[in-house]
Amino acid sequence: MKGFINLIFSVDFVYSIFRVMTPLLFASMGAVISDIAGVPNIALEGLMLMAAFAGMYFSYLTQSAAVGLLMALLIAITFAGVLAFFTLYYKTNIILGGIALNSLASGGTVFFLYLVANDKGTSVSLASKTLPNIHIPIIENIPILGDILSGHNILTYVSVLAVIFTYYLLKSTDLGYHIRAVGEKKEAAESVGISTIKTQAIALLLSGVMCGFGGAFMSMGYVSWFSRDMLSSRGWIALAAEAMGRQTAIGTAAASLLFGVADAVSNAAAAQGLPSDLVKTIPYLATLIGLAIFSVRIYKKQKEV
Amino acid sequence: MNREKSFNILRTAVAMLAAILVAFVIIILISDQPVQSILIFLLQPFSSGRYLGNIVETAIPLIFSGLSMAVLFQTSLFNLGGEGVYFMAGIVGSIAAIWLKLPIFIFPLLCLMVGAGTGILVMLVPGVLRAKFSANEMVTSLMMNNICYGVGCYVLNNMMRDPAVSTLVSYKYRSAAMLPVIIKGTRVHVGILIAILCAVLVYLFLYKTKWGLQVKATGANAKFAKYSGMNVTKVIIMVHVIAGAVAGCGGIVECLGLHKRFEWTALPGYGFDGAMIAMLANNNPLGVIGAATFVAYLRVGADLVNRFADVPTEMISILQTIIILLISAEKFLHKYKQKWIEKDVQIGEVQNEGVH
Repeated sequence: MKGFINLIFSVDFVYSIFRVMTPLLFASMGAVISDIAGVPNIALEGLMLMAAFAGMYFSYLTQSAAVGLLMALLIAITFAGVLAFFTLYYKTNIILGGIALNSLASGGTVFFLYLVANDKGTSVSLASKTLPNIHIPIIENIPILGDILSGHNILTYVSVLAVIFTYYLLKSTDLGYHIRAVGEKKEAAESVGISTIKTQAIALLLSGVMCGFGGAFMSMGYVSWFSRDMLSSRGWIALAAEAMGRQTAIGTAAASLLFGVADAVSNAAAAQGLPSDLVKTIPYLATLIGLAIFSVRIYKKQKEV
Repeated sequence: MNREKSFNILRTAVAMLAAILVAFVIIILISDQPVQSILIFLLQPFSSGRYLGNIVETAIPLIFSGLSMAVLFQTSLFNLGGEGVYFMAGIVGSIAAIWLKLPIFIFPLLCLMVGAGTGILVMLVPGVLRAKFSANEMVTSLMMNNICYGVGCYVLNNMMRDPAVSTLVSYKYRSAAMLPVIIKGTRVHVGILIAILCAVLVYLFLYKTKWGLQVKATGANAKFAKYSGMNVTKVIIMVHVIAGAVAGCGGIVECLGLHKRFEWTALPGYGFDGAMIAMLANNNPLGVIGAATFVAYLRVGADLVNRFADVPTEMISILQTIIILLISAEKFLHKYKQKWIEKDVQIGEVQNEGVH
């Protein structure tokens, strides 16, 4: 137990929080943008999984991490586009469309993994590339702080930028106003000349971009390979974070931090030899309890009013 | 039969056909002998009693999960917790089947009840959170899936694991607990009868009782249901209890019918399949039987192609996506629907039918 506590207060532990938070931040920002636009994208999990596969495969084919990242983004945006097409043009229920995409991602990636790597579990036999870690000059040399803040994967820094981008986008750009207006009241937005379909399509594509980054991080940063269902519900945890963050960029990022800590604790506890089957459930349990407490509080508040 | 109904049937048929066509394309792209592989995919499942038996035994768990999802969908609840329920009900039911000692008929019945009870408990977590505090049931149910899997694996590893076997499986079930095979020469077990019975019961519940009406009213418009004096909270909880019981039954039926030990080392995937089957069946409990059989046919076909040619069985998930997307696309084939309706108007057949 003492070893465990020491571990939690170590520099490595705090460093690892940033690492496990990266995909959550990306996905939850995707959730915020799409949900505010009134088209809740629940395919985050699937989009990230497809992006993770594309990043691994194309960085292996071209031996270039940059191409891998680009293809990861492209695939995630394409399938976000498919979702947008079906929901906005064919009027598919977006939740069902999301379920369909998640199922496609889960099976489809294994399908292609088998074709390219002759393996239905992982891609370790393919020598794919990873994105570089960045050492920030000056900060790097500060004791403790340098060890925590510097030396992360480039996408970890991008994920922080993604939060700032989302905040700024929704708060002070025309597109952000349109997104909010369309999500709030479609008809009112239409009446002042905002195209609902165009705005919602853009919001879904933006959530696709976020998923592209998140997925690329998983197979080209978090680890250096692809394995089946490697997102292990991070896309869903992001949705819970978005609900608890009340659809604001900053609040959602804060909620993601909570789940990042839970994830890091579970990793640390597993390393300490606690029963790994049980320890692995910590982030999900934290999400469930967090969401429950949050919902009860909202419920009580509404009752008082 | 009204236009709305026949249009739904047409759309379902088109979606099924599209799925089969996409399967052709995939096979042509990948297989070395495409024509032969396609023939295997389409016809081989009907070629022998054994393969027909495979279709039926594959359909059994799909019927249970499809039923469970159909009830939830009728209430407009997007709960995807079937996965976790299957796993957990399998674990707890297996514990009963390994360590209890009961006579032949009562034993499997009790195991089924244990499985169903477990399913109810698991489903009640997202159910109560949703009904009382309107927490998003999809997120909570997915978290429950992962929690069930972790806890189940812990129990399997530390309590049920048979050390005499190298792979991760439980001790053997007592033979009195297992579900008997009903068709000789196949593995079709009594579970199919239980599945059909469940489908009929759910049908009667939804279409012939007062509660069924409340369920559908809540699904169509929860606010309206509330204002007309229905207890929506109670309806949502009741629906979760039924969905949990049915899915739990499915989990333990699959274990006791097909296996001699608890063999799942990953979530079995039936929860998500249920969503697609319910949609194929237009959320009709009796339709679920047909939809599950069709999907089982696709699976057995894909499995055979996988054995004879090198096309991975995961092809199925691509087909499933096509089915879900096309069936849920309201505007898909909309033009034809419009034309039909216009034609009807011209003839003067349409009297009070609303144009949706």
